[in-house]
Amino acid sequence: MSNSTLEKRRPDQGPDQQPDQEPKTSPSQQPEPNAPDNWRRFFSFSTDHKVIGIQYIVTGFAFFLFGGLLAMVMRGELITPEADLVDRTVYNGLFTMHGTIMLFMWTFPMLNGLANYLVPLMIGARDMAFPKLNAIAFWMVPVFGVILVASFFVPGGPSQSGWWAYPPVSLQNPTGNLINGQSLWLVAIALSGVSSIMGAVNIVTTIFRMRAPGMGWFKMPAFVWTVLSAQLIQLIGLPALTAGAVMLLFDLTVGTSFFDPTKGGDPVLYQHFFWFYSHPAVYVIVLPIFGIFSEIFPVYARKPLFGYRVVAISSLLITGLSGVVWVHHMFASGTPSWMRMAFMFSTMAISIPTGIKVFAWVATVWGGKLRLTTGMLFALGGLFMFLFSGITGIMLSSVPFDIHVNNTYFVVGHFHYVINGAVVMGFYAAIYHWFPKMTGRMYYEGLGKLHFALTFIGVNLIFLPMHPLGLMGMPRRVASYDPEFAFWNVIASLGGFLLGVSTLPFLLNMLSSWTRGEEAGDNPWRAIGLEWLVSSPPPHENFEEIPIVISPPYGYGSDEPLVSNHPGGTFAEPSKSTPVANLSGESNPS
Amino acid sequence: MNTGQERTSDLARVLNWRQIINLTGLAIANLLISLWMGQQAYSWMPPQASAESILVDKLFSFMTAVGTFIFIGVIGTLLYSMLFQRAAKYDPSDGPPIEGNVKLEIIWTVVPIMLVIWIGFVSYQTYDQMSILGPSVAQEMKREMKEAGTVPLEPTRTVNTGAEETANEPPIEVRSRQWAWEFRYPQENVSSTELHLPVDQRAKFRLVSEDVIHGFYIPAFRVKQDIIPGKAINFSFTPIKEGRYRLRDSLYSGTYFAANQTDVVVESEADYQQWLQTAANTPPSPAENVADSEFSRAEKNAVSLGWATVRPAPAPIVNYSNKQIPDKQIPDKQDPNKQIKKQTPRLEKNPDE
Repeated sequence: MSNSTLEKRRPDQGPDQQPDQEPKTSPSQQPEPNAPDNWRRFFSFSTDHKVIGIQYIVTGFAFFLFGGLLAMVMRGELITPEADLVDRTVYNGLFTMHGTIMLFMWTFPMLNGLANYLVPLMIGARDMAFPKLNAIAFWMVPVFGVILVASFFVPGGPSQSGWWAYPPVSLQNPTGNLINGQSLWLVAIALSGVSSIMGAVNIVTTIFRMRAPGMGWFKMPAFVWTVLSAQLIQLIGLPALTAGAVMLLFDLTVGTSFFDPTKGGDPVLYQHFFWFYSHPAVYVIVLPIFGIFSEIFPVYARKPLFGYRVVAISSLLITGLSGVVWVHHMFASGTPSWMRMAFMFSTMAISIPTGIKVFAWVATVWGGKLRLTTGMLFALGGLFMFLFSGITGIMLSSVPFDIHVNNTYFVVGHFHYVINGAVVMGFYAAIYHWFPKMTGRMYYEGLGKLHFALTFIGVNLIFLPMHPLGLMGMPRRVASYDPEFAFWNVIASLGGFLLGVSTLPFLLNMLSSWTRGEEAGDNPWRAIGLEWLVSSPPPHENFEEIPIVISPPYGYGSDEPLVSNHPGGTFAEPSKSTPVANLSGESNPS
Repeated sequence: MNTGQERTSDLARVLNWRQIINLTGLAIANLLISLWMGQQAYSWMPPQASAESILVDKLFSFMTAVGTFIFIGVIGTLLYSMLFQRAAKYDPSDGPPIEGNVKLEIIWTVVPIMLVIWIGFVSYQTYDQMSILGPSVAQEMKREMKEAGTVPLEPTRTVNTGAEETANEPPIEVRSRQWAWEFRYPQENVSSTELHLPVDQRAKFRLVSEDVIHGFYIPAFRVKQDIIPGKAINFSFTPIKEGRYRLRDSLYSGTYFAANQTDVVVESEADYQQWLQTAANTPPSPAENVADSEFSRAEKNAVSLGWATVRPAPAPIVNYSNKQIPDKQIPDKQDPNKQIKKQTPRLEKNPDE
């Protein structure tokens, strides 16, 4: 498990060493020239991975709020059976943009932000492998974000074909203009694909090449494992979606006929292109959240991650399996029987590595000394949601049952439990957990717990009723519905509004804590991990001296130090520049 | 994990006999709740109006029971930890440094594998019996033969799978378009916007789309099939209960997607034949169509509150049309001022232009 690049670093490297100490790594070893040192740096073309990480997260969150507002208008429409609040076309545009924004503008940027911020710190690197590429990948996000939002204002309105953009509906172009909502949508998606591929190349390279000396594969934190697994999916799958989007754009604008049945194209082929990436995309989203759970449970249960190696490897198994499940979205598309059966079994197989993780988390928490901080509550709440969605997910993989509920609210409920339940709750958990590290300040625990309670109740209130609705046969994407569905829809709408309100305490908490919160110190949670060894917020290049890792990442309850300034693993006297963790996870005095 | 044996003995020390009895008791309680949930699952579904629905509901009930058992087991354990294993306020110490347990990990890998194989096998069996078919006709015939004896129905009822009588009968043609359903009975030369089917006979369809992909979905029958333009798709199922059910477009098809619904009437053979007769003697007339009427109403409005839409196909001209569309009725009951729905007049739909 040795890493060839690592041996090239001298362990006794002093704080004043020059960049040539790390020939193959980051070129930006010097403090950023001309970088503003205040809030303005978040609006600059910074190449610091921490700045970029926060840029990603804040941009993503802004779009999350916007996408959430769209969803609240939709829930307002659905509170009555008739199409009355907004026109049908507006409703269709709303759900299209809601789905698109939530996936491409919120979850991917947000997770890239977390990976950007945390991965170099966790593996003991000073920055990402390609800092400039990193900044370019980020700055594409506002660009295609603006393109996407601009589509609200072009004649004819935004795309109304759902976030799948299935042809022929997506090719119908009722305005006849070259620049229409659908073409802008496709351009934005293609750019998003390019940006995400850049991000993936960067993150994968960083994890492969820039780990600190001594950090073999099985000393890598679980979060890094999951990010690696997720970004490998991006590398394999995203080209398919991006190509599909470009082909569809050609069909729409220059009249090619890849997918247009009237000209001999095959609309089902597009579905394969789309789902070949867009199902694995679910794992791109959820794997880092698994990593966050794996990081957070040990800290607040004061126990090592149960079965760390198996948990780590199960992420890669999920990556592998995720490539062969996409047809389960197309069980009703006229797929031949053998295909239905093959993909049913492959889909079900994914529950095995996932189940291993769930059981490992439960065993990690079991018998620990729990501290129910806001971060821990969100992680536990996210696990609760994920378990539920996992169970409905296995049901959905069963072909005969899927044929009944496919394209109904049952599916909507299922994947919102994954995305708003597990992923958003996991995101909040991560923010509360690493907020002290990112800002150097503590958040207000009371507001945090209020936020948790509102979110947890809101998510269940809006998405649980969708399951009975789907079982009763209410299709998704409808602006009006039969009165028999009214009861559950009213409850779901109320839950939706509550969920909207639940973001207010979070925003208040973050804004006020960032400006006037209590000083956090380097390691307020007494957590073990390289990121907790540096100051809060970390200095520009993270580590004055690259740490030498000598222990597996979750040494709670044991006496082994995590790092040593000697590669052999013996303790020298704690130096001022080299942080050392002891059993209780304290960092050195600084 | 390096000292597996030591860990196991740790675990053995943790569990004494009383705890094992308690755990067994909890597991039995969980099992009972799960079985009860499995029974409840039937009531969450629409009425069982086709032979297929009985199979699907049985499968869903089974999966609900298994899922409930897992859910309660895992969440119960977590809740126990959250309630009783919290650190005291000023207790900075760590929990036991248990890094893993090979035996436990093998158990929770093997048990899910077996569960998945079990669920997969049951699903496969169900699928095999259901004979919902995609495009392949040959397969359809083969399955139909096989299925005749295996569909487990209520003991008193016998389903005429119609292998002999209906084999030569041409299938009912289902034409879907933006946004109307039209059903054609080729032998009687009858067209209708409402689907009428005789009970206890295998109903066969030829699904066609005239524009985009639509989804042919009748929740009470638990069947669904996307209709791909440019292909004729054979489809079949067996209604077993008389009544009126909803047929919905299940694959998003554009602006009036939500209104693209109609009724299915399952009736006795005699009623069915009579309906066919009456319809055949009725001259075709334009049916009521939500999309068409909403669109023309919106077109008259000076101000547009909507975005661009494809122009709906004109209302189908059929021998028989259902006058009662719930979706349509409800807006009519309302204050007329409330339902001013406007739209950008649609430009042309034809992609060639």
